[in-house]
Amino acid sequence: MIQPLTDIKPSGMIETQTIEVSIGPQHPSTHGVFRMDAVLDGETVVALKPVMGYLHRNHEQLAEKMSWLASIPYTDRLDYFNSMTNNWALCLSVEKLAGIKVPERAEYTRVIVSELTRILNHSCVIGFMLQDLGAWGTPLLYAFREREKILDLFESLSGARMMCNYMRFGGVRVDLTEAMIDQAKAIVAKFPRFLDDFEQLLTNNEVLLARCQKVGILPKELAINASISGPMARASGVDYDIRKVDKYGIYGRLDFRVPLGEVGDVYDRYYVRVLEMRESLKILNQVLRDIPAGPFIAPEVKLRNFKIPVGDGYGRVEGPKGELGFYLVSDEGGKMPYRYHCRPPSFINLTTLEDMCLGHKVADVVIILGSVDIVLGEVDR
Amino acid sequence: MDTVEQIREAILNAVPGATVEIIPSTPAAQQPALLVDREHLLAAAKYLKEEARYQFDYCSCVTGVDYLKVGQVEVVYHLYSVALRHGPVVLKVRAPRELDKCHVPSLTPVWRGCEFQEREAFDLYGIKFDSHPDLRRILMWDEFVDHPMRKDYVAPLDYEWEPTPHDETLDRAVVAQGIIPPSAREELEKAKKK
Repeated sequence: MIQPLTDIKPSGMIETQTIEVSIGPQHPSTHGVFRMDAVLDGETVVALKPVMGYLHRNHEQLAEKMSWLASIPYTDRLDYFNSMTNNWALCLSVEKLAGIKVPERAEYTRVIVSELTRILNHSCVIGFMLQDLGAWGTPLLYAFREREKILDLFESLSGARMMCNYMRFGGVRVDLTEAMIDQAKAIVAKFPRFLDDFEQLLTNNEVLLARCQKVGILPKELAINASISGPMARASGVDYDIRKVDKYGIYGRLDFRVPLGEVGDVYDRYYVRVLEMRESLKILNQVLRDIPAGPFIAPEVKLRNFKIPVGDGYGRVEGPKGELGFYLVSDEGGKMPYRYHCRPPSFINLTTLEDMCLGHKVADVVIILGSVDIVLGEVDR
Repeated sequence: MDTVEQIREAILNAVPGATVEIIPSTPAAQQPALLVDREHLLAAAKYLKEEARYQFDYCSCVTGVDYLKVGQVEVVYHLYSVALRHGPVVLKVRAPRELDKCHVPSLTPVWRGCEFQEREAFDLYGIKFDSHPDLRRILMWDEFVDHPMRKDYVAPLDYEWEPTPHDETLDRAVVAQGIIPPSAREELEKAKKK
């Protein structure tokens, strides 16, 4: 006699079992070597644990074995989309510990390259997120086309497209020329049109609305309690932008707004990024107009034999993915960091991945992860 | 925001029996830290989060530090307030660095954001966080034995074949890399005196 595979309950419901599925580490939707251990009941997620570390290379220990300056190129490799803001975070922390004053022109240059980085990161993230949704190629390649123009500028400025290694303690490595400023102005002038096109394709798109709204909701209280930062926190309505709070660099003098979401779902995370790009363009217009002449690096800072007095300190910037900070400890001698700790935003933003995914279908897990915006170089370090 | 001295007084008033010490940062950074004893850390953290004057609702950064010379490990918490937009206040806690005594209270019940970062400190420094909901390795793989960010960690000769150096493997790595382990160092010094 053939045994039935499932028992039929008196109510008519089929008794089912949960199944554990390992999504990743080799899966195109995990944006790198990231794994999610998901327990599924049918298509619904019952439990989900992120598993990371496949790209772990002990970045922190590498930095503790070399001079302060030598770890700048390594920060490029943390979040390889945003090498400029990574450089800035380390330089800001070191400047804070050593009490270095950065010249005006360098501050402006830093804002220019960082805001360009934010634009290229956000446009690519939206492209990748829609790729996860099934919009194969089109939004991503539109985003990459625009990113190319910014990367060309970075290449002529620093010699490298992605691993820029551009900032130094007390300023930047090379000066912006007039031609580069004009190039940046041209990018900024044309970018709103691309954004309009992008939004026309996406913002009111029926499929995008259906897949993104009310999916992966992150409540405001949980977002604060779980140390979520960056656009993801702001999509949940947390009014916290380090550019506004700390006013590091010259951000205190610039006029821009902080867009906030209301619901905290995937759609809000998408739309907050679009609005942030528009605010970045506003910042860029101001700094490109006002950039003063002068030295681009503090002349008193020595490149060789650079030392920091005994003590510790923490410096942070608003990176495109969230709060990127460095906690540094200097001991006697002071030539090398005794402790060098990186606070990676995309690693900590994964804390609430399970909370956001519970009760949703497997297909939604992919876009929820896409909307968190992770880069595995930074998650695993 | 109150100065560190005022916050120290407030913690001492709110948490009876606690010892709180002020540790200076670099002269330029101006981020002096509060070193709280292990027994009262959780109460002090809860107080800082709930007190209306402070409302440190956002624990930004958790760091483990290994002070080999002092024989202690330290966990550093950087707290900010999203509601009142001030900070940072730096909380520090210390524990002996021997693996069996190396434990501090977990602050994950107060701030969820500590969850992964405390797991990282456990993984890389071997600091055990009492009452952490899910204390597992996070960056190294589960079978890994040592804690690679400790200052006396000896890297293996070949990660492919000997991922965690211990016993004979450790001896070989120590010899090949010309490193003298602390135990052998004492014996060498004794031999020199003789």
